[in-house]
Amino acid sequence: MLGYLARRLAMTIPTLLLVAISVFALVRLIPGDPVQVMLGDSADPVQAMQLRAELGLDQPIPLQFMHWIAKLATGDFGHSITNNLAVLPLILDRFQISAIIVLVAVAAAACIAVPAGLIAAWKQNSLLDLSVVGGATLLLSIPSFWLGLLLLLLFGLKLKWLPVVGYVPFSENFWQATTFILLPIATLTMVEIGVLTRMARAASIEVLRLEYVTHARAKGVPEWLVLGRHVLPNAFAPTWTLIGLVLGHLLGGIAVIETVFTLPGLGRLLVDSIFARDYPVVQGCLLFTAMIYVVVNLIVDLCYPLFDPRVTVA
Amino acid sequence: MRMRANTAIGGALMALLLGTAAAAVFWTPFDPLRINLRARLQPPSSLYWLGTDEFGRDVLSRVMVGAGTSVVIALLTVLLAVAAGTVIGCTAGYVRGWTDRIIMAVNDALLAFPGILLALAVMIVVGANKFGLILALGLAYTPSVVRVVRGTVLSIREKEYIEASRVIGNSEIYSMIRHVLPNAMAPVAVLATSMFGWVLLAESALSFLGLGVPPPAPTWGNMLAASRPFMETATWLSIAPGLCIALTLLGVNLLGDSLRDRLDPRMAHG
Repeated sequence: MLGYLARRLAMTIPTLLLVAISVFALVRLIPGDPVQVMLGDSADPVQAMQLRAELGLDQPIPLQFMHWIAKLATGDFGHSITNNLAVLPLILDRFQISAIIVLVAVAAAACIAVPAGLIAAWKQNSLLDLSVVGGATLLLSIPSFWLGLLLLLLFGLKLKWLPVVGYVPFSENFWQATTFILLPIATLTMVEIGVLTRMARAASIEVLRLEYVTHARAKGVPEWLVLGRHVLPNAFAPTWTLIGLVLGHLLGGIAVIETVFTLPGLGRLLVDSIFARDYPVVQGCLLFTAMIYVVVNLIVDLCYPLFDPRVTVA
Repeated sequence: MRMRANTAIGGALMALLLGTAAAAVFWTPFDPLRINLRARLQPPSSLYWLGTDEFGRDVLSRVMVGAGTSVVIALLTVLLAVAAGTVIGCTAGYVRGWTDRIIMAVNDALLAFPGILLALAVMIVVGANKFGLILALGLAYTPSVVRVVRGTVLSIREKEYIEASRVIGNSEIYSMIRHVLPNAMAPVAVLATSMFGWVLLAESALSFLGLGVPPPAPTWGNMLAASRPFMETATWLSIAPGLCIALTLLGVNLLGDSLRDRLDPRMAHG
């Protein structure tokens, strides 16, 4: 297990290095002098010099990269240009709300999608199966930001059950905070149910065809036990892998949801910083999201043997 | 039965999309960019079938032109990703050795990045416009093509008919283009179909964020974004573009399913 862990960890190093290089290269690739772009045309030359020195732009590029990496390793992601806040604490603060929404949505989606997929596979080609697959394909086709707008229109504006704009941190008022993130969570849950149900169904169909299922039935195991004990655990493994991808996909696309519901999350921070040309924050957000994505997939891979005993970790 | 229904509905929706996009090149009910302040925020009527927006522009005309923009961007992006991915994937799968290892290391690292985030990062550099969008999305979706092509090439190059082609004196490159590549195209076709949907969704998401095609040129994404302030009073503005995206994605998904069923019949029937 330790050997596997070490090898799997080592595999993330080239990925993270490449991510770091790309994010680093990004700011250099932006047309024009970044300092000029950041400060505007009427920049004070002294201020420009200071910023240039602070960003290390007066040094050779490989050296700049080494300095940047060394600073990153100590958790120093630089400072925002617009408000001079340290980037990492800013990101961590904004990440909380994004993480809560994404994690709750994926968990809820999995809890609904896995049983739905299993039952659809069990009754394959029945009317029930057809409606589950149809419903899942429909959900898969609805863009999250449109679904969010429609839910907002229905529950916020027409029925007035939930607030439309704004956000209160959980630490201030738990129940009020919940009302603000209920709709975003519902939106993402519905969108992800589509992908996960189809995967769970396909995996269950494969497993239902295997001989040990026939064997379990032949020896008189009740059908619910066959599904619960023999099919579900084996069909869950491929779905589990997909959950890792879905989590990353959601983190990448969270900006649209946060825009629809005006939530101050990580995605919104990234987009706002792009518009404000606040490149240290942009770099930080991109790097942070990629790192989270790599870590999530690492955790998913490490947990895989728990769900699929056939995968041994020697 | 289901497979045929999938093909029929999916095909009909895609035909509708392509037909609308093509028609919009020659004719729209109104000029999609003409501002008419006397006809602001008109609900759907016999004159304006889908109503008008906050500048009095006809929503139907804008949706039609938006279809064209989306189709062109999605098609060019998929073409770019498939072309680049095929060349890189073939090279990796055929040359093998260190070239392959380096290409795949970079490729896997790119795959470890959510596609839309990668596109967003490239958009910062190339700027928000149509060509930047195609470049950014093309780059973001190339790695998945590389992976599929390389895998297929690796498995096909050892087949006997490739050996035969070499034995009768065909050059490596000829065997590759004439015999290996055509066989790698089936999985690429399935991937390209799904990719058309992903790209269309990513493009509308980026446009929704204001990082895609800039207004006043209409896209479904930027129309949705512009509809937000009028959501309560002018619901039709939020309905039409979103419904267009959803129906298009539904068509793509259904067609993708039937294509996959055809190429992998194991899953179709129990």
